[in-house]
Amino acid sequence: MSSLAVRKAAPAAGTTPGTAQGPPLRRRIAFVPTLTLLLGAIYCLLPVAWVVIAATKSGRELFSTFTFLPGTGFAENLSDLNAYRDGVYWKWMGNSALYAGLGALLSTAVSALSGYALAIYRFRGRETVFSILLAGVLMPPVILAIPQYLLLAKADLTDSYASVLLPLILSPYGVYLARIYATAAVPSDVVEAGRMDGASEWRIFTRVALPMMIPGLVTVFLFQFVAVWNNFLLPYIMLSDDEKFPITLGLFTLLEQGANTPALYTLVITGALLAVIPLIALFLVIQRFWSLDLLSGAVKS
Amino acid sequence: MPNTKPRRLRQVAATSVAVVLGATALAACGSSDEDSEADSGPVSLTYWSWTPGMDKVADLWNKGPGKDEQITVTVKKQASGDTLVTKILTAHKAKKAPDLVQTEYQALPTLVSNDVLADIAGDVDGVQDKFAEGVWQQTTLGSDAVYAIPQDSGPMMFYYREDLFKQYELEVPKTWEEFAETARALKKKSPDTDLTTFSANDSGQFAGLAQQAGAKWWTTEGETWKVGIDDAATQKVADFWGGLVEEGAIDNQPMYTPAWNKALNTGKQIAWVSAVWAPGTLTTAAPGTKGKWAMAPLPQWSAGENVTGSWGGSSTAVTTDSKNKSAAAKFATWLNTDPAALTALAKEGGIYPAATTAQTSDAFTEPPAFFSNQPDFYTQASEIAKTTAPSAWGPNVNVAYTTFKDAFGKAAKDKSDFGAALKTMQDDTVADMKKQGFEVAE
Repeated sequence: MSSLAVRKAAPAAGTTPGTAQGPPLRRRIAFVPTLTLLLGAIYCLLPVAWVVIAATKSGRELFSTFTFLPGTGFAENLSDLNAYRDGVYWKWMGNSALYAGLGALLSTAVSALSGYALAIYRFRGRETVFSILLAGVLMPPVILAIPQYLLLAKADLTDSYASVLLPLILSPYGVYLARIYATAAVPSDVVEAGRMDGASEWRIFTRVALPMMIPGLVTVFLFQFVAVWNNFLLPYIMLSDDEKFPITLGLFTLLEQGANTPALYTLVITGALLAVIPLIALFLVIQRFWSLDLLSGAVKS
Repeated sequence: MPNTKPRRLRQVAATSVAVVLGATALAACGSSDEDSEADSGPVSLTYWSWTPGMDKVADLWNKGPGKDEQITVTVKKQASGDTLVTKILTAHKAKKAPDLVQTEYQALPTLVSNDVLADIAGDVDGVQDKFAEGVWQQTTLGSDAVYAIPQDSGPMMFYYREDLFKQYELEVPKTWEEFAETARALKKKSPDTDLTTFSANDSGQFAGLAQQAGAKWWTTEGETWKVGIDDAATQKVADFWGGLVEEGAIDNQPMYTPAWNKALNTGKQIAWVSAVWAPGTLTTAAPGTKGKWAMAPLPQWSAGENVTGSWGGSSTAVTTDSKNKSAAAKFATWLNTDPAALTALAKEGGIYPAATTAQTSDAFTEPPAFFSNQPDFYTQASEIAKTTAPSAWGPNVNVAYTTFKDAFGKAAKDKSDFGAALKTMQDDTVADMKKQGFEVAE
């Protein structure tokens, strides 16, 4: 999703100078970016198209018919997926929604609080805390999964919903984004004015600063949601009960069934297709919050 | 911003430090000594397995013999492969490994050297007789201990398209020399068709072929390991396949890819060196070729011999983290030797049992549906299974396998010297063992 947006944005920016240069040149320049744009779109959409088409093929058709020729097995694939281990797929879907929804919500809340604090308050060690956070942004979460497992094992929390949710709550990237956004969107004058009127710090945060930070927090929420939805290693290490698996892990068990049982390709492909739908829906619904003006509602000094 | 609140923040900081310290204290409480055995009263065990339908087989136990013994088994379905070994090792570090794990034979030494598996020799008297010598020996690692009960085995066989062999007037090869001749003859008759491919993406196949040739990749003498990956037998196998790839008699593309599936489906590849579980793979890989395949014993290195290697297969092991090792061993024994359990395993999980009596049981009178044209499929299979050569696994099979994929994958792609790739595999495996602190003889 995001890579598509970036890809589109870059060539589009290139067209602007061309418009001032007269018709012949403009046409030439417009051709190149359009082509680039088209290639980028094809590059991004082709795999999606493959998944959509492959999901319609039955096991017989999957590897024997032409790749982009739709098959006849979609309904069968759906009912097979639905029937697999008494519908455990929907359980995985629900688990993913829980991990991603609740996890992203909690993480956004923590990011909002800490980002606001880092942006508005001045205290000793603020920059140190922020630098450590920045280092955290650079640290891939993958390498933390095993230490986190060992830590949670000591607290007897492994193989539980909490074991996947807890490590997700603190997201350095989310805090970083929230701080940057709060610095830009919440003017110190507004906070000052709130204090003059006798509002408590908590009231200023919830009633004044938070509404200004909403567009930034939506971004944090979306990033976290997608990250958790696609997360693999952390739940893989933490969970052993497949009733608690998120969708990524569930589909993996369908693929790796041991040498003597074939991989359930048709189920995995159909399952993967269905698993993208919530993400697409979420983006379409929440997208409009992004277009809000950065400083909507703020007073200008 | 003059109006900051340092005091409030200091409080927050102090509180969070306290929380962290509290958590550490809590954590310390959790890791008390857990080694006590408690083998009386109702027992509940957890079992990590990837076999489909294992939960239904465990239900048979829970409602039958398990009920009398008061031992309840809960199956937690896992994804198979090397990643599961990593997961078990991680869980064991936290002393949280399940009571029972399903594990492939070649992973046993890794788990044993990390002290994950318990020695259950005392609980499994007489079980040994139910298995072929070559299979059982893998679970003892050549010692007096027993680290697992064999579950399924994967004797290697030769699969070929019966119809196309007839069409191209080919004979089923009985020796590897004939195999090479068959590949060349086919190339002459139909340049676009390959007998088979050399694929480096499943190391188990090559390991099985080397095993058939008599290779012993890992052996011990006292406390010292000897790595024989680059031994004469394996060199023979590597040179044989390397030669076929180099002269273009067979394909060099990896298997298990959509392109490979297509080649099998459309008859561009007409044979596969595989194991007893191949019918399952072919069912999804080449669904259009049902009833057109046949199975024969693996070609031999010299005429009149009768040896095969094994590719795949797994066992049931009890972990050292289990508090009820004897109960766990009881279940593992029932699962892999009781006729009812084995029939259920074959039916629900599609496994080929390691127990010799089960291989000729009622569950295996009919051939697999995909091979309905070969009624004596399983009779032949059980004969072939008896000829399985013993295997010799070491504590870092995963490293050897990874280097195999890299080195041989590259050699196959470039059609270059397989001997050099084998040397790389040997050197990397030895280097890794030394790094891990094993004593390795040169």
